Amino acid sequence: MSQQPPGNIDSGVVLDGSYLAASPTPAEAVALAPRGAARASAIRGHEPVIIGTVTVLLFFVVWQGIGLLRDRSPDGLALGPFLFVPPSQLFLPAPLDIAKAFQAYVQDGRIWKDVAVSGQELAIGYVAAAILGIILGLLVGWYARLRYALDPFITFLYATPRIVLLPLFIIWFGIGVESKIAVVFLGAIFAILINTTAGVRNLDANLVKVARSFGASDFQLFRTIALPGSVPFILTGLRLGIGHALTGVVVGELVAAQFGVGQMMAVAGATFQSSKVFAGLFLIAGAGMLMTFTLQRLEQRFQAWRPKPN
Amino acid sequence: MSVAVKLEARRVAIKYRRQSTGLDLVAVDGVDLRIDDGEFVSIVGPSGCGKTTFLNAVDGLIAIESGALVLDGREIAAPGPDRAMVFQQPSLLPWRTVTGNVLYGLEMQHRGGEESRKTAARLIDLVGLEGFADSWPSELSGGMQQRVNLARALATDPELLLLDEPFAALDAQTRETMQQELLRIWGATRKTALFITHDITEAVYLADRVIVFTARPGRVKLDVRIDLPRPRDLRLKREARFIEYERTIWESIREEVLRTESRAQVA
Repeated sequence: MSQQPPGNIDSGVVLDGSYLAASPTPAEAVALAPRGAARASAIRGHEPVIIGTVTVLLFFVVWQGIGLLRDRSPDGLALGPFLFVPPSQLFLPAPLDIAKAFQAYVQDGRIWKDVAVSGQELAIGYVAAAILGIILGLLVGWYARLRYALDPFITFLYATPRIVLLPLFIIWFGIGVESKIAVVFLGAIFAILINTTAGVRNLDANLVKVARSFGASDFQLFRTIALPGSVPFILTGLRLGIGHALTGVVVGELVAAQFGVGQMMAVAGATFQSSKVFAGLFLIAGAGMLMTFTLQRLEQRFQAWRPKPN
Repeated sequence: MSVAVKLEARRVAIKYRRQSTGLDLVAVDGVDLRIDDGEFVSIVGPSGCGKTTFLNAVDGLIAIESGALVLDGREIAAPGPDRAMVFQQPSLLPWRTVTGNVLYGLEMQHRGGEESRKTAARLIDLVGLEGFADSWPSELSGGMQQRVNLARALATDPELLLLDEPFAALDAQTRETMQQELLRIWGATRKTALFITHDITEAVYLADRVIVFTARPGRVKLDVRIDLPRPRDLRLKREARFIEYERTIWESIREEVLRTESRAQVA
């Protein structure tokens, strides 16, 4: 990443000959602001994180509070004319109950096997979907005839909730990881493929004209205009694909599996261990958030050229 | 002193199909003009007179219907390294730095390499963007982006420089600065230049000759030699002889506009 210090850009505005006073650039605006405002803006810079953390903490405190209330007065708490009866632990376990269930899950060692199985399904299915989705998406976007040929299939499969194919996959691939990989793959690939296709087709007419004017061949046009232009679309597709892939893992394991986080949740649910179900839920959510976060970092790396938001 | 003819247009007609109606429209019909080597020629005309269409044909982006377009004795059939266009919109590749954009044309013509990087660095300095070689287009102002657009065209070292209203989208002050800058840069390179604009003052200020197109279908209506000394200064725009040129051209365009308006009323 190469960036100019803001000072240079300011001098560029002068160099550009705007001899009438222009409105202050962001850097100037900061310099003009009084000292006290600088500290306030430092806090404002972290505002999203601070407010987000506070609301999440508050949420867990209230949730745990309901659990404490249940322990103290299981018959309910009179709030004026209303009687607030806390839900049972089976119905809504408190965060600390969930933590305990999670601890037990770690201690008996099952977690490693489950995470390994689910992780394998997710990783293989998703990576395969990403690679094939991008390649196929680029081809389908660039070659109109290929698009006409494949469009009926893409539309059919995209319109179908791929999870309904699970019974077939179980017949074809058994109840091991293979059927789940297939469902993850099919779940994720279309978001990636369709976005990539849209990215390639979304050519900036002005840039195409520039390329043609300099005598660019079709391949040069693809390599220098279509491909870089589709990167933001591909990244969006990859991000949407994460959700589909996680759904595939969990639902696939809920239906039929021997191991896996989803399978653990299915068993826990059937045996009324709601704390354990919640533990699984947080595990899945954590995986999804981690993947999304990684992808966001990747996006920043690939898009250093994008205008910086203020 | 006899000067070689650079570009010659002989009875050029260009048709294009309107997407909305599917009907053919004659954009220009019977354009005759000659541009000498090293000359700076501006084309002005009422809006929709086909001047940009004509420029695109000279660049080789669109085919002509009849007549001949000849550059250095060869008929123009497709885009070539002997021409380069400065576009109305900066049209920079946002994912390439200033240097990457200036190199773009050379890369497309397989003329990259170490030498081209030196050329790019020299041109970035020439257009007044010292220190911005590694900046992204999104970090530049509109005027600076147009400087990159110009440097990109100059990088391929074309025989004929085509400029399609490159300053139309800029604010008035930046536009004047860029006009002056263009004259400075043109003075340093002395490329034959064909400049399209709808701004009469700009046309007179920049050019050795101003050509007025008729309303569509465009034809050469008036060809005015601008006998004003170079180097030119912005103060020139306030002088009587400058204003006299402007008035002549303005009258000519006004005639065309009135003619089309009366035609529209009859129809």
